[in-house]
Amino acid sequence: MKISFTINGEAKSVEVSDGNSPLLWAIRDGLDLKGTKFGCGKAACGACTIHVDGNAVRSCSFPAKLAEGKEITTIEGLSKDGKTHPVQQAWIDEVVPQCGYCQPGFIMATAAMLDKIPNPTDEDIDKNIINVCRCGTYYRMRKAIHRAAKMNGNTDVQ
Amino acid sequence: MKKKAIKYFLIATLLTSSVLVFANLTESGTQENTTEYKVGEAPFDKMMEVLTHKRCVNCHPSGNVPRQGEDSHLHNFDVVRGEDGHGLAGYTCNTCHTDENNDYSGVPGAPHWALAPEIMAWEGKTRVEIAQQMMDPKRNGGRSAHDIMEHLTEHELVLWAWEPGVDAEGNPREKPPVPKDEYIQAVKEWIEAGAVIPEE
Repeated sequence: MKISFTINGEAKSVEVSDGNSPLLWAIRDGLDLKGTKFGCGKAACGACTIHVDGNAVRSCSFPAKLAEGKEITTIEGLSKDGKTHPVQQAWIDEVVPQCGYCQPGFIMATAAMLDKIPNPTDEDIDKNIINVCRCGTYYRMRKAIHRAAKMNGNTDVQ
Repeated sequence: MKKKAIKYFLIATLLTSSVLVFANLTESGTQENTTEYKVGEAPFDKMMEVLTHKRCVNCHPSGNVPRQGEDSHLHNFDVVRGEDGHGLAGYTCNTCHTDENNDYSGVPGAPHWALAPEIMAWEGKTRVEIAQQMMDPKRNGGRSAHDIMEHLTEHELVLWAWEPGVDAEGNPREKPPVPKDEYIQAVKEWIEAGAVIPEE
């Protein structure tokens, strides 16, 4: 079965033998975009988070067939026009990652949240970003999320 | 002593009787005829067997957190109702749930996946309380009896209860104890007969 969608601004088609197979496999194996990670396979950990039509989605639990005609963004397409996305820049500035495996999912979840909640409180962050990081980088991520919010709003960042 | 014996006889007669009599009411509310049902098989009984089942109540919780699973535990991952019953702005129901079950991940799904509004909470209520609430336009979103019948018998999210898919371990989720066609028939019969709520 052929599925066509836009991914990171480019029209693409991918062939899958089973339309119910996870979109994650189509992205990683079909399109060779390896930035999106497999974690739990049960929509629990968030390592596979991507954007579908601007909303955070767990791609391990999103049937590939439902991507037909959709606008998809992965970590590879978050930065646009050669400019680092504010969330990615904040991650760099706050030296967030430790092992790094789960970070693409966190970054994508954060970018989606900031589109809806531009100035999140600590509580907003705790409730909306529920991905799992086994290295325990949550404290640094929270700082980075606040920093990214400021960068988005063009306010002074220390 | 004699009075007591008569009382026990009457109670025993009621308990051992396997028949309940329900009145069919016309639109004007007058009794038209009576139908006999075995205990537990009246339309109201069948309907409420379903509506009090976890497949329904898990999404009609009494608080702001969905229930999930066969033991109706609070939804994992700190999932909450949000302003519109679809979760939080950056973390909606659709972050994980789609319009259909996902048997690879065990994540259930159906169109309009969401929590029932808080005023429609069923958790912890008796079947009579649920029925009264369900038929009260002030507490059912202004729905008429016909609207309620449509919701209960046609809405894809409601009927998902009979196609609940498998859980994260691949185990089939429990279905309501009444077959879907019998439930739909029971709802229609109950509402068309005047939606009489028994006193319990």
